[in-house]
Amino acid sequence: MSANWIDAGLADRISPEDVAPFEHQGRQYALYRTADGRYFATDGLCTHEQVELADGFVQGTIIECPMHNGRFDFTTGEAKGAPACVDLATYPVKVEGGRLWVKLG
Amino acid sequence: MSAAFVTRDYSLVGPEAEKAVAAGLASAKWYSPPITRAELKELMRREDRPAIRDTLIWFAALIVSGGLGFWFWGGWAAVPFFLVYGVLYGSASDSRWHECGHRTAFKTKWMNDAVYEIACFMVLREPEIWRWSHTRHHTDTVIVGRDPEIITPRPPDVLSLLLNVFSLKTAVIFVRGLFLHAAGRLREEEATFVPASERPKVYRTARVYLAIYALVILACVYFRSILPAMLIGLPSLYGAWLQLYFGCTQHLGLAEDVLDHRLNSRTIYMNPIFRFLYWNMNYHVEHHLFPLIPYHALPRLHQAIKADCPEPYPSTIAAYREIIPALARQLKDPSYYVKRELPSGARPAPFGAAPART
Repeated sequence: MSANWIDAGLADRISPEDVAPFEHQGRQYALYRTADGRYFATDGLCTHEQVELADGFVQGTIIECPMHNGRFDFTTGEAKGAPACVDLATYPVKVEGGRLWVKLG
Repeated sequence: MSAAFVTRDYSLVGPEAEKAVAAGLASAKWYSPPITRAELKELMRREDRPAIRDTLIWFAALIVSGGLGFWFWGGWAAVPFFLVYGVLYGSASDSRWHECGHRTAFKTKWMNDAVYEIACFMVLREPEIWRWSHTRHHTDTVIVGRDPEIITPRPPDVLSLLLNVFSLKTAVIFVRGLFLHAAGRLREEEATFVPASERPKVYRTARVYLAIYALVILACVYFRSILPAMLIGLPSLYGAWLQLYFGCTQHLGLAEDVLDHRLNSRTIYMNPIFRFLYWNMNYHVEHHLFPLIPYHALPRLHQAIKADCPEPYPSTIAAYREIIPALARQLKDPSYYVKRELPSGARPAPFGAAPART
């Protein structure tokens, strides 16, 4: 496994169409699983007011921030309108042996 | 008179704003009750059906009451229809503005946005300004110097509250804001919560609003009748009283500067008509704890977390039995507030029952 692919735990700890938190070296990330079983990763804090996205709501490929309902497309990180105006950083994800690997750095 | 009679600065650009930041009360971590992710996910699930149904009923009631008011115009028979029309226009729009602003009422985004725009106009709120203002209200609920939506300071501004029974003070601020924004400028306070990227929308919307009001005034002059304004514009004033009646129950008289919505918000049981007009915002503690949960799921959320929350008020009358004496006492002692009691077994508040800052 390449040095910057980080083990993010079991893939099926995330329910279909849901989000889960992941922390690495003091930084928070959000991991997503779509209804059709694809996985994605973004920064864990909303770009609007640094709220944890892992407490938010997933609908399709949209993550909604739990505090102010800012929306992002987690497949691209694109902010989908106020109060989310700045895009989220995204990270490559792969599943191997039932585990999620996130490419960071 | 309290020995520590201190009048605080409620503006967002004064010394209290700096103190709130220094005290760690700005953009802070708030109390969150115990509930499983699975329960929360189910409660957050969006639907179009309830809000489509309620919006169709609302629009139909507006058309029927406004139509009958129009039909009977010139006689006393028009009065009850305009009373109903006014409440639907000037008060029910408040909760539609609110829920669609959160984009939780409907599952479909454009439906939320369309109803939000219409409701904003009815309730005298510029859409972009109030979207950002409400965002701050949720970040810093009833934090002095941070929350732009504190309905009245301590000691209470009774005159403003009375004027706003018919949104008179609100209307003056709103109209001044429209001219300011139409000229391409923001108030100093607004600049603290509206990002630069969103400001052109503010200016554009203000110009559209002014154009609509100009058309209504022209129609009144052309027809030599106030009737056009009775249908568009004035209902924001003569129908606003129920909005204030509901709105004052949300936080008034409760603690300031606490990072726990159970202590600064009220949940009140209301009758079905009130709940329709208010779109379940009577579950206000629950709404603030979990703003992602749609209005139609709030009664279920209430059941899920009620053991962790203070006893709900049985009615709006019961709430006002607490609010009015509290405001009267705050006139003499601004440090006074109503301390909400958490039930035994509830998780403690982050700062206990007392404010984190006085």
